[in-house]
Amino acid sequence: VSTTIPTDEELAAVAHRIRGTVVEMCVMRGQGYVGQGLALADLMACLYFDELVRDAADHRFVLSTGHSAIALFAALGEQGVYEREELLTYGTDGSRIEESPLEGIPGFEITAGALGQGVSQAVGLALGERLRGSGRRIYCVASDGELQEGQVWEALMSAAHHRLDNLVVIVDNNRMQADGDVAEVLEVEPVPEKLESFGLAAMRVAGDDIAGIRSAFARARATPGRPTGVVLDTVPGKGVPSFEAYSKVHYIRADNGVWQQALSELEDGAQQGGEP
Amino acid sequence: MAAPAAASVALGSEQAPFGVVLLELAARRPDVVVLSADLSKYTDILPFAEAHPDRFFQMGMAEQNLMGTAGGLAKAGLLPIAVTYGVFATRRAFEQVAMALATGPTRVIIVAFLPGLTTPFRATHQATEDLALMRTIPGMTVVDPADSTELKSAFLAAVEADGPVYLRGLRGTVSTLFDPAAGIEVGRARVIRGGSEVGIITSGIAAEWVLEAQRAPALDELDAAHLHVPMLKPFDGEAVLRFCERLERVVTVENHSIVGGLGSAVAEVLAESGSSTRLTRLGVPDVWAPAGSLQFVRKRLALDEDGLAAAIANAPRAQR
Repeated sequence: VSTTIPTDEELAAVAHRIRGTVVEMCVMRGQGYVGQGLALADLMACLYFDELVRDAADHRFVLSTGHSAIALFAALGEQGVYEREELLTYGTDGSRIEESPLEGIPGFEITAGALGQGVSQAVGLALGERLRGSGRRIYCVASDGELQEGQVWEALMSAAHHRLDNLVVIVDNNRMQADGDVAEVLEVEPVPEKLESFGLAAMRVAGDDIAGIRSAFARARATPGRPTGVVLDTVPGKGVPSFEAYSKVHYIRADNGVWQQALSELEDGAQQGGEP
Repeated sequence: MAAPAAASVALGSEQAPFGVVLLELAARRPDVVVLSADLSKYTDILPFAEAHPDRFFQMGMAEQNLMGTAGGLAKAGLLPIAVTYGVFATRRAFEQVAMALATGPTRVIIVAFLPGLTTPFRATHQATEDLALMRTIPGMTVVDPADSTELKSAFLAAVEADGPVYLRGLRGTVSTLFDPAAGIEVGRARVIRGGSEVGIITSGIAAEWVLEAQRAPALDELDAAHLHVPMLKPFDGEAVLRFCERLERVVTVENHSIVGGLGSAVAEVLAESGSSTRLTRLGVPDVWAPAGSLQFVRKRLALDEDGLAAAIANAPRAQR
């Protein structure tokens, strides 16, 4: 539990450190889901250094988008749950810092790599915590590509039907998936309108807008009787301009020079006040 | 063969045994929650829903979400019972059962009704490969009860399991073949009858089919042994091997496809042990079964009294 509420600037500094960890995690093998990790850094800072630790209730986080594990690992690294040395073994044989881990390691509540399953488990957690009267809230990250799986809509329908106002579903609206741009593979927009029509209180926020993310969470806490859907418009590779410009950013494999360049671009951005 | 004394077979019936045992468990376990996928009326769980509305979750016709939600409820510290038909629990929600429930593993009890041929519809409702699918999942417990006694015992035992349990459900008026006071251990195979000329191995309601068939003329004269195996996983292979040891031929009978269920499980242990006992698998052959009453469909598949008796009596012997 945090003793003081952090400022937006403090959370931006945490997000910057998470981005650095994300890039460093890809160096050993020269590859990884760096785009997703960079895109979600601001959200992870808001969750793990504010929203999840605002009180003693021990709120719960569910990552449905298994491929974005790198962002969660980096955030948990900031929390001291994982040591830096171990995080750097990301994706190597025998490491528990897997690119898409199964449940059971610290911070990973569910097995998420088979996309589309996490929101259902978040619904179960929200129903269960409400039944137990624990006061715990559930935050679940899914992605826009995942919304192509029918199960997600079953889950959203049931969340609204059961009036789960202790549930926040965050859609990482990164506009890309394995085969390319979501608009070309199978369009899912308009996402907020779809969520609203399924009974959620929906809002759209820019992925790097720390004040906006915190305000969306505050609105969710103040919305009785309905789950909240936060559509987070993220930019894959955020904070590293050369990655942001790279269209095939679903998965990056590159030589060491590229990763060193990425680390240097991150530092430049921070020095220029580019964060957030 | 020095077979143990035959288990007592008390023919009778019980009304909605699953509903009864569920209420019994819920009364002493406040962590029990029940999830339904729009089949509450047809799975004997309405008495629970009425008695414990706060612990009953209607999830609608959405089995993938049913399984995922059950997983989440378990992670919130509850004991979820996910109830639907076997076809939907396994075919529709296979990945959810495997990933959301079995990778943890997570303690969720799936109670899957309309096992095998116990439905008037055809392939859409006949769960004839559910046991095969569930048997492939690491850490899964798979039970095919024969009667009300095994159903209730298996359900209460499932509560103590560490991981997910797939339990075939029997609804409405359910036969009582075994004495509820006998303290049945569903994890163990039981010799129902000793014999030396042919061995019969059953799981699920096929046990009752075989008990009937033993009265048919073709089997009446034959000294047939009968082993009953309620649990397909973990599988009591040792008991199966002991049973087969002195028999030249054994026949498996199951309310399931002959691919992947009891017949396959017995074949696996026999083959790996180097046994020379000849195996014949009876059940739903590798085809889509016809529609109709259980009696009609059994007759069409030669799983009725006379069909079974003839197939068992004529089962091929080991070739030396």
